[in-house]
Order: sequence, then C-alpha cells, then structure tokens
Amino acid sequence: MTAADERKHAVSTTQPLTGRTTDRPAGENLLEVRGLHKHFPLRQGIIFQRRVGAVRAVDGIDFSVGPGESLGLVGESGCGKSTTGRLITRLLEPTGGSVVFDGEDITHQPAARMARARRNLQMIFQDPYSSLNPRHTVGTIIETPMRLGGVNPPQGHKKRAQELLETVGLNPEHYNRYPDEFSGGQRQRIGVARALALRPKLIVADEPVSALDVSIQAQVVNLLQDLQREFGIAFVFIAHDLAVVRHFSERVAVMYLGKIVEVADRESLYTRPRHPYTHALLSAVPEADPDAMRRRERIRLAGDVPSPIDPPSGCRFRTRCWKARDRCAAEEPPLLRADGSAAGHLTACHFPEEPSVRARAEDIVLDPALAGPEGKS
Amino acid sequence: MFRYLVRRLLAAALIMLVITTITFFVFFALPSDPALLACGKTCSPSRLAEIKHSLGLDQGYLTQYWEFLKGLFAGRDFGDQSVRIHCGAPCLGVSFQTDTPVLTTLLSDFPADLSLGLGAAVAFLVLGVGLGTVAAVRRGRAADKAAVGLALFGVSVQIYFIGLLLLYLFVDKFQILPASGYTSITEDPAGWFKGLILPWTTLVIVYLAMYTRLSRSSMLEVFAEDYMRTARAKGLPAATVVLKHGLRAAITPIITIFGMDVGSLIGGSAVITESVFGINGIGKLAVDSVQNSDLPVILGTTLFAASFVVLANVVVDLVYGLVDPRVRLA
Amino acid sequence: MSVSTSPRPAGLAPAPAPFLDVRDLRVHFPTEDGLVSAVDGVSFTLEKGRTLGIVGESGSGKSVTSLALLGLHKGTRAQVSGEIWLEGRELVALPETEMRALRGRTVSMIFQDPLSALHPFFTVGSQIAEAYRVHHKVSKKEARDRAVEMLRRVGIPQPERRVRDYPHQFSGGMRQRAMIAMSLVCDPALLIADEPTTALDVTVQAQILDLIRDLREEFGSAVVIITHDLGVVSDVADDILVMYGGRRIEYGTSREVLTQPQHPYTWGLLQSMPHLTGDVGERLNPIPGTPPSPINRPDGCSFHPRCACKGWVPQGRCTVERPELRPVAGAAGHFTACHLTDAARQEIRGGTGLTEERGTGTTRAAR
Repeated sequence: MTAADERKHAVSTTQPLTGRTTDRPAGENLLEVRGLHKHFPLRQGIIFQRRVGAVRAVDGIDFSVGPGESLGLVGESGCGKSTTGRLITRLLEPTGGSVVFDGEDITHQPAARMARARRNLQMIFQDPYSSLNPRHTVGTIIETPMRLGGVNPPQGHKKRAQELLETVGLNPEHYNRYPDEFSGGQRQRIGVARALALRPKLIVADEPVSALDVSIQAQVVNLLQDLQREFGIAFVFIAHDLAVVRHFSERVAVMYLGKIVEVADRESLYTRPRHPYTHALLSAVPEADPDAMRRRERIRLAGDVPSPIDPPSGCRFRTRCWKARDRCAAEEPPLLRADGSAAGHLTACHFPEEPSVRARAEDIVLDPALAGPEGKS
Repeated sequence: MFRYLVRRLLAAALIMLVITTITFFVFFALPSDPALLACGKTCSPSRLAEIKHSLGLDQGYLTQYWEFLKGLFAGRDFGDQSVRIHCGAPCLGVSFQTDTPVLTTLLSDFPADLSLGLGAAVAFLVLGVGLGTVAAVRRGRAADKAAVGLALFGVSVQIYFIGLLLLYLFVDKFQILPASGYTSITEDPAGWFKGLILPWTTLVIVYLAMYTRLSRSSMLEVFAEDYMRTARAKGLPAATVVLKHGLRAAITPIITIFGMDVGSLIGGSAVITESVFGINGIGKLAVDSVQNSDLPVILGTTLFAASFVVLANVVVDLVYGLVDPRVRLA
Repeated sequence: MSVSTSPRPAGLAPAPAPFLDVRDLRVHFPTEDGLVSAVDGVSFTLEKGRTLGIVGESGSGKSVTSLALLGLHKGTRAQVSGEIWLEGRELVALPETEMRALRGRTVSMIFQDPLSALHPFFTVGSQIAEAYRVHHKVSKKEARDRAVEMLRRVGIPQPERRVRDYPHQFSGGMRQRAMIAMSLVCDPALLIADEPTTALDVTVQAQILDLIRDLREEFGSAVVIITHDLGVVSDVADDILVMYGGRRIEYGTSREVLTQPQHPYTWGLLQSMPHLTGDVGERLNPIPGTPPSPINRPDGCSFHPRCACKGWVPQGRCTVERPELRPVAGAAGHFTACHLTDAARQEIRGGTGLTEERGTGTTRAAR
C-alpha cells in the first residue's frame, strides 16, 4: 500500500456514492442483468389460495458478462445462484428487473420470440444422469436443439452431431448409443455437446462438475476451458466450489441470500476479499496442502444461512458477521467500490475488510460449540 | 387444524353436489320410463298420466331437480290426496317401487354393510401388513415366495368363485355355518358373527392379496432408506428396526388406500359378496334400483356411497397429518 | 499374516496391540454378473485419539469398508473375510447379537446425508434418547436429559426446545450436529464418519470438521473419516489411506502422503485439483479415463489403464502383476503399492514437474 493510499484510507472507509457502481464498462456487454428479482410465492389453502409470503430467491442483482468472458457465480445453497442461471436462460420467469442478451431485452420475451436468443444462449446442468432423456440416442439428444432452432448445417445434422461428439472428446461412432451406456463424466460431455450444437455465444453452466468424481472433474473443466478459448464462448459458471470457480472464471461474483455481496476479478477477490462473507468463505475451504492450511487464518461462522423467506433487515450477512453494528441492521449496504479496492472490485459492506492480507490474519470463531468452555479459538 | 377441517368439509359438500347433479341428469338420459314400469301390464294412457303426475315426472327436468334439492334440506310430501307420504329432511326422495322414503331403506340396510365392510377391512389390513412385512424381511426366501404366491392367488380368483366354493364347503358339505343372510347384532350377536364369517373370509382373500403386495413393496422401499441403516448402526434389535422404524414409515402410503377401501366397502361396493351370501345391503339395493329405473333409490345409493368415499378422504388426510410430522394441515 | 499385506512391522516382539487392527479385509457381493469384490484385502491400524482418513473415488470400496467395521454386512448376502480386531476382540466372526451390543456403543457412525439418515417421523430428541437407551438401563426422562446435554455440546442453540423438533425442522448443518450428537451419546471408542460434510456448505463443513476434531480430543475416541476430498483429510486426519479399486494404494501419515505422495494415482488426484492460490494460467492435469467398475477390474494394477507412468516399469509388469503395498525407502510408516522403483519415482518427480516428466515417461516407453 502506498502512502497516498493510506492517507485516503484514513479519511473515508467507503467510496462515495458517485463512484462507478457497475462491474464492467457498459455498452459492450453480451449479457446485462439489472435489478433482477425472483420471488417464489408461498401459498396456503386448498380451494382458495392466499399468498402468505415469498421465498426471495433472487432479490435484486446486477451484473454483466462481456463477449467470451467467464463470470463465476459462487455461494452456498439457497443463495440464489442456480435460480439466477435459470432466470438468465428464461427457464424461470423473472419477478422483476431486466435481462438484456446480445442487445435484445429477453426479460419477458414470449416463448415464440425467444428463438434467436435461445440459439445463442445455452445451458449445461448439474446432474448428468437426469438431464439426458434415457430413451433418446446421443445423436437425437445433440440434434434436437438444431432441429428446434431450425438450424440446418451444410454437412447435415448427423455429421454435425458426430463432429460435436469429437469436439467434446467422445467417439463419433457412439452416435447411436443411449445415455446409460456412458459414465457420469462422459454424460456431462454429451450435455456439453448438446449445448454447443447451435454455436452459442453464452453458456450458463450450473454446477457442471459437482456430481463428478474428483479425477473426472478436471477433465470436464479443461474441456470447458478449451471451448471457451477456441470458440470464444462466454460463460456464466455457477458453482459452490471456490477453487474450481477461481480456475475457470476471470471474474467472480459472490452471492448470499439472493444478493451479490462482492464481485471482482479473480486475483483481487481471492487475494484481497473485502466482504467479511467472502473472507469467511475462503478461509473455510479445506486445502490438500497441510502447510497452506496451517498458514491460513480460521474463521468459523455461527449457524447456517437464514431463511430466504424472511431475510435479515439491512445487510443480510449481519446475523453471522463479526463486524456487524447497528448501521448494518438499519441500512442495506450498496454494491460499491470500497476504498483501496482495485477497479471493478465492488463490495456490498458498510465495514469492509482491510485490503492488506496481513492486517486480517487472525482467527475468528463465532460458533459457540467450537469456542466453547475449553476456551479454544 | 379446525379451520382445515371446516374447509375440507365444505369442499366435500361441493363435491357431493356435483355428484348429485351428474347422477340426476344421467338418469334422464336413460331410455326406460319408470312410469311405464310402475303402470304394469294393464296400463291405460290416463293411468300412465296419473302415475307420471304422482311421481312428479310430468314436470320439467330442472323443476324436478330443484324439488329434489329442496327436499334435501326441507323435506317433501309425495302423492295426492288419497295417498300421502311425508319424507322428512334430508329427503332423498321416495322409492317409485315401494313408496318408502329412500333414506329409511338405506338406514335399514346400512348395518349389514357396516358390519361386512369394517370387519373385513380390519382383518385384511392386519393380515396384509403382517404378511407383507414378513415377506419383505424374508425377501427371496420361502416365506416371501409363499406370501407372493398367496397374493397372486387372491388377485386371480373371483368373488363369486371363492364365495360359492366357501358356501359349498362350509354350509352344504360340512354344515358348520348357517346358510345365508344377515342377522342384526342387537338381536343375535352369535348369529351375526356366524353369518358374517364366510363373507368376511371372501373379502379378506380378495383384498389381502393387494395389501400384502402393497406392504411388501412399501416395506422394501423403506428398508433401502438411510435411516434404517442408522437404526441398525445404533445397535437396535432387528425387531425394533423393522417394527418401529420400518413399519411406521411403510404404513403411510397404505393408509391412503385403506381409507378409500373402507369408505367404498361400507358404502355398498361389496355388491357381489352381498348377493352371493344373500345379504340385503346397499350394493344390492343399488343394483335392483337400476334395473327398476327407480330414480330416487339410484340417487340415494349413489350419494350415500359417494359420501363415504369423500368422508374417508377427509379422514385419511387427517390421519396423514398425525402420522407424518412433515405434513402440516393448514 | 504376511508381511506384504500389513503395514505393521512384522515379527517384532509382543508390542502392545493397536486399538483397531484391520487385517486383510475382503468384502464380496455375489451378483448376477459374478462376484463383485468391493473391498479386496485392506489392512490398517488406528490408535485412540487419532484420525484416519480413507480417501477414494466412487467404487473404491471406502464406504463398504466402513460398513464392515460396524458389522452391517451381517445378515446380508455380502461375504466378509479377514479380521477386524477392536480392543482385543475380533469382529468379523462375532455373532450378530454380540456385534449389536457394540454398535452405537463402542463403534458408532455418522452418515453422509443427515436428512435421509435421520428418521423423518420421530423427533430428534427421541432418536438420540433411543440410541442411549438401547445400551443403558435408564428411564425415558434420563435419556431425554442426556439427549439435551448432547445437543448442547454439539452447539445446537436452545437444546431443551429443539429436542422436541423433527429432523425436517432443522437446517442442514444443525441436522449433521444432531447426527453427531446421536453417534456420540454412548461415548464410543471408535467413530466412523462416512463423507460427513459432503452434503453441507463450505462454511458449515468447516464448523463440522472442527467439531469432530474437538470432540475427538474431548472424548479421546479414534476416528475414521471417509471422504473423496483430499482437503477434508488434510484438515482433520493424522493418517491417510488412499484406496483405488477396492485396494490400498498408498498409506502413511497425512503430511507424508500429501507432501511426498508416492503413487501415480495420488499424484494425479493432487494435480487434478484446482487451488485457491497459485497460478491460474496452468491447465488442470486430469487423470484420463474413469475409475474401474468393481465388477470388471483390470488385471495387474487396477490403475494401469489410467496411469501415465506405466512406461517407466519394464516389460508391462503393471498389466499383469498386482503390486503389493511396500514401505517407501527413507520414510518410516509410508507405504505404497506401485511397481515404480524409488529411483524412477525420484526421477519423475524430480524434474520441473510431473506434466513434462509424464511426457518423457511415455516417450521413453514408446522408445
């Protein structure tokens, strides 16, 4: 940290509201998501149903993805990352906000007019077992998007499907086989081939490797990385595994209870996290290196994520945060560039963590069972 | 819970109304004319008109339907000056054939169905779940094969075959049981029991098959659950694992089907058993009334049977709420 | 007992018997497709107060091993052979009634998914109390109090109230705590945790792993933790046993195995994992192919179809001869089952990195 930085830091802890609040320069984005909401209504009653509340799965998020860029979306279960993926691909209807894809507002686009966007916007699912129809051959599975999209490749559907099989590292002769003849990793490759069939500009990959064995995960990650580089495909990569996301995505957004709490390029986010939640999340990932484990500070949050039906007021993380003060309950922190952060590193926190690594290397144990009577910390 | 019950009962009443309407108008689509049947062989046009008038058949469909609905809540009077029949609310009408209020007939026939249905149901539930559990525990071994075989036998035989066979063996050949008919339990409890042994056995054989298979498959599904492994890992004895942890979970889907079966059995669905054993129950009443185009009785038996099925549904849901803590009735 | 199947120094004078001593454990399942050998000769030892991590992918036999320790294969079609010595008692040949008395009391288990492992129709408290009452002659009230005390110990807030809740009313992390409370209620000497954090979020996983570590110290139990996640074992285990295709392929202290891995499969696992620090420009280095099915395991070393180093072993030995577990030279208590010579291993690992060395390895084999 330079002297000038330090002086600035002493004056204010947060950037004034006039600071740039977008994560990427506008105008050149492939995908623009603004104020996106998805509330699932909770109903009660047998004949006459009344709305008694809502699960606020996604509660006002903004982000954008540039052409050929990979954005990682991380967070724990219930944070809304998968719902976000489904909203972007319009598998779910947004409750509010807008999704602009490739210059076209697809937020409430009727299904009939989605054809163009669908061609350029594909999805890869988590479970390679249930996401492929067991009664269709691999060939049919890969050709279906082409037929539905009215795409007729010059070499014919079959030839194109076989090329795709080869692209994802499968034997083109397996064209006539059924999904249950393949292992989990190979099935995921079939799912990738299906997503590639229409040469999309953006692929939303929802936990694409988490159902796979460790040694197979790397194969699929490498495959996706090759495709991204070779065909210039942009990715929204949704995963709970922080290490995989760091490896795959240039930019990473951290979600907590339906909100983005921090977004930054990976270098900045993983080495200088400013949001206490990001920091806690990173310190909780066990690493296979005993020395790295020893060097790292230990942050143990208390309890689990609160219910998205009735999220805490103000900052949603405050109920588990060791820095929470009165202001956190009263006022929701906006997603801004915190003082001392790199450009494009936005944090939604009133009291962000120090940008220097050494300043925060201490154990924080909030869990009563762990910090219990033995006085461990 | 109370609010839930009120809502469910209101819904049930609505369903009953729909059933009433459909039955009423389906009847008018039938080709036969009840007045002509009642008129007999020496029928003259004037007599026919008279009968039509006394049965109320000379009015329009909608008027008749309206009268019927009114009778349900306020009661009705039938006939002309000479013969006057009062039918108190809830009036289901008066039989064209016997001139007695339908409800009176239904209530007098009901104890037979209640005895037959409830008795058989308790027996086939206990036996079926027991056999199914044994079959599941001894899966693939002799006991399982015997239970599955028995189930297959029960599914394939017909009531009139098994009923007649039992009649032949126990009544004609060995003469250890009375010939036929239903005796009221208040008159002669021993006679009531003896008279029902064969009908019960017949129903149990037929229903046991399904309950054995159902509880066997339900049990096997539960055995594969993780919590059964947890129960063993705690060191519980095998019997506790099966009877406490297993049965509690496996019985839930069976309750649903059992409720429906009891509802329809006491509502008169054991019609073949009734006729084989000469029991005058609601099932037999319904069949006779269709043959005679006796609209009020058809309507009455249909409504009566339907109300038990609908009621059984409500009871099943309530029981479900008690058995499974994850189900909240609200 | 032969020297080659057990890592313990053989032929030594009466050393005190280890707390848990598993010798040549085999679990076979007869199926329509033939005999499946899920576990094929596994041996290890474990002392009280220590944690052993068993690492492997699907089909490696790690979970089947854990169920064998609890004797849960008794009364099923599975054929179990070998010996499991626990505090001087042999468990494989133990009759079911005696084994039942040990289950939950001396040996207990934490399962992977607490939502499905807890009975949905009974309260959390009654399930914990039941586990206590099977092995202790106490009143319902006393058992209930014990359940409350255990729930408090594992960090469940308001245990007096939560004891009456059903599992579905608990959050995922709380359910796993309740599961831990249930498995520890009889103060077991051996605790087996089968993927205890796989179904949990990362911040909750960290809490649970810390809790298991704390409780091990407090109760002085021995812990076997079964996982596919090398990060998890690195966090909690003292020793690591790496399994592949139903067999041990590497065994040693946590630090030895993770910092000085000796088997090409362990190298592969470590290299295929992305990290939180370090260079991201590098591609991951996956292990090609898929884990073998237990029905149809390859001859010789079951890892050979996926192994990049088999070119270093002359005469195609890997495809015909099964390597036995042997001590690693210069590292006490570290064993590996691989035909690679120490010199070859040094050479492969000694270069600028396995990636390039692998390449030379295969080229060399081609030559």
